[in-house]
Amino acid sequence: MGFQQYRFGAAAIGLMFGFSMCITLLGPSNDFRSGVSTWVGLDKQLSLGRVIGFSYEDPLVIGDGKPVTVILDKDPKTGATYDPPIRAYVYEPGIKFSPGVNHNELLGPGVMELSLNTGKIGQADMSNGAVFTIAQGEFNGEEVDYIVNQTAVSGWQPGQVLKAAGDENHRYVGKGKTIFITEGCWWCHTLLPEQTQDWQFFGAPPFLGDMNGEMPTAFGSDRKAPDLLHVAARNSSREWMTMHFFNPRLVQPNSIMPRFDYLWGKTDINGKSIDYKKWRSDYTAYVNGQSIYPPEVPEPARDSEVRALMDWVLTSLR
Amino acid sequence: MLMKYLFAKNDEIPAGSATIFFGFSSIFWFVVGTGLGSFNAAKLAFPDWVTGTELFAFGHMRQVHVLAVILGWISMAFGMTMMYMTPALGNTKLWSEKLGLWTVFMWNVGLSLGLILLWMGITAGREYSDLIWPIDLVVIFGVLLPLGINVWMTIAHRRTQGIYITNWFFGACIFMLMIVFLVGNSPELFNLTGLTEAYLTFWFAHNVLGLWITPVAAAIAYYTIPKLTGNPLYSHRIGHLHFWAIIAFYSTPASHHLMSAPLPEWLKSFASVEGVLILIPAVAFVANILLTMKGKWSMFVENIETKFSITGVLLAIPLNMQGGFQQTRAINWYVHGTGWIVAHAHLALLGMSSFLEAAAVYFGLQSVLRRKLYSLTLANLHYWFFIIGFCIYWISMTIAGLIQGAGKIYEVPYIDVVVAEHPYMIARWAGGTMVFTGNVIWLYNMWMTAREGTIVPAGRYAHELAYER
Repeated sequence: MGFQQYRFGAAAIGLMFGFSMCITLLGPSNDFRSGVSTWVGLDKQLSLGRVIGFSYEDPLVIGDGKPVTVILDKDPKTGATYDPPIRAYVYEPGIKFSPGVNHNELLGPGVMELSLNTGKIGQADMSNGAVFTIAQGEFNGEEVDYIVNQTAVSGWQPGQVLKAAGDENHRYVGKGKTIFITEGCWWCHTLLPEQTQDWQFFGAPPFLGDMNGEMPTAFGSDRKAPDLLHVAARNSSREWMTMHFFNPRLVQPNSIMPRFDYLWGKTDINGKSIDYKKWRSDYTAYVNGQSIYPPEVPEPARDSEVRALMDWVLTSLR
Repeated sequence: MLMKYLFAKNDEIPAGSATIFFGFSSIFWFVVGTGLGSFNAAKLAFPDWVTGTELFAFGHMRQVHVLAVILGWISMAFGMTMMYMTPALGNTKLWSEKLGLWTVFMWNVGLSLGLILLWMGITAGREYSDLIWPIDLVVIFGVLLPLGINVWMTIAHRRTQGIYITNWFFGACIFMLMIVFLVGNSPELFNLTGLTEAYLTFWFAHNVLGLWITPVAAAIAYYTIPKLTGNPLYSHRIGHLHFWAIIAFYSTPASHHLMSAPLPEWLKSFASVEGVLILIPAVAFVANILLTMKGKWSMFVENIETKFSITGVLLAIPLNMQGGFQQTRAINWYVHGTGWIVAHAHLALLGMSSFLEAAAVYFGLQSVLRRKLYSLTLANLHYWFFIIGFCIYWISMTIAGLIQGAGKIYEVPYIDVVVAEHPYMIARWAGGTMVFTGNVIWLYNMWMTAREGTIVPAGRYAHELAYER
């Protein structure tokens, strides 16, 4: 046997495919590594937690095991006021930290050093929980944002921060993005303003460091509806969103968005059970011109999925 | 019957069993996939149609449609063709019929489980790699590895001197798909995040399309057209040009799916240039097949399998012309993220690829069952429902995409685009429903073929016999 074509072929396939893997995987990985986390990137990963979607801590993908973002207008320990209010990311004991806390190199050069040395994120301990904030500092003459482990730096305890803020200042951002993923919002709403022509309507495209530590990014590819990356900067009304999620055609008659009324669950904010059947027949009567006003949209319960979804939209998509 | 054979001795399993189970599974998934597609399209046209339940929400079903079609219909049709073409081209029998049956069993179980979980919302949240990582591992090690072993061993045990181009594609594409699945799902397995995750999502999506769905579909045509027409392949060398050009060029342009994301600019430019080079394998393939048809063009009209097959090859022309150029910066900024891309994706999967596979499934099931197709009329109905439905879908979505593109660059308020698109959403639903109807007819026709088709005498091909019905 002289020339054996399958041997040559197998080697050639391996060589060519290996070469293309080098270019498409090894090459860009160097560029990705150089991405310095921005404030947006740090805010995203701290508010979303380790991972959204199927995971050990959330196998049913219902938003379990996520941190809570709280809006603080005063220091929970000293009582000093914050103006404007700051965001604190509360990880109760047992909640897994966001990727950058354990894998510091994800934060990018500068952010990593400041977070470790000044922010003391190396001392964060999952079994005791931790509270993080974002601070601004300087590294080699460049201004960078970095993570501060307030539990180590200022002695803030997770339970204490949650209590000091009160439920109206809790934002269930991680759970909200989980709902965004499972309900498939991203099949129509992209999270990627395009670099070429979206500036006017949908705002600036994301930067390189805007998603370090975020998983999944859920850019979306098929835009059948407005881009949402900066939606809360255009419309921050919780009332409008409540109506729009319950039945989009209450506020936009030509919308083709599905109704997400099922995200309200069984009861409203007062614990009263929601009568969907009656609501739909009342709405049909309104559509047919038999009543002047549409039926009232129930106010979502505190632990409802739609509340978390709106928390995410209004807090993260700015 | 499948259960009985799973635990039988390999020698006791009739040759072709794996082909038959793969074939009927693929048609079943085609019916499911296009049915879901039609239902989803209806929801885009009439948003208040079925409402109020999480189970039938658009966001819960869209990805089930996509993966049922890709991993159910298309990939199982590939499995089916590998089960009968690989041994036929090596002048031997399948290495292990039993392993083939286990593959089809694992495939149906794994895919059903994965899709049910997806439907419930248990997802990885990554487009095309939506399946959660335990299911990904089932696909890689429970489905692709046994499929690959069977194909590679059959090629190794061939009784011909050379390896025909179809088998080059089969052997290489299964291997590359396994790598693509492993690397593409590594963000889930190793919790890679951020831009790496976004890029690997589309690295996976591109390579599943470019290294599996389109090249294997083309490989099938290299078998079916010479077999049906009796003409030898015009040029095996041009076939190799196609094969090596796919390996060299088309494994690299993944980032052209993310032209407006903050990826490195060198990567985008590189991907864009490599993406245009798809025209080399594409022209080689189309020219090779069409030249093989020389003197037998009447079969395009008279023979149902050739009709399907050549339609698929002809659809590869607009597919690659669009594909090669729409990913360049000059055009991509206009059409990216619009219905144009949806139309293009359906041109690749429902147009080019599905027609080629349908031809191979028609031909393969008749050859293995040794039965002539039950009804030519039903097959023709299937063809015309399929092609007309597809064209309605493709054209309406292309128009809708151009409207969206104009809307985004002229800064039209988005809701006006939604209003302008509405007629095309209805047309899309009508077209998709026609394809679905055609597939239901096909399933019935194939089932009746297995039960009541005229028996093909030894030494003859089904397509050589006259229809009796």
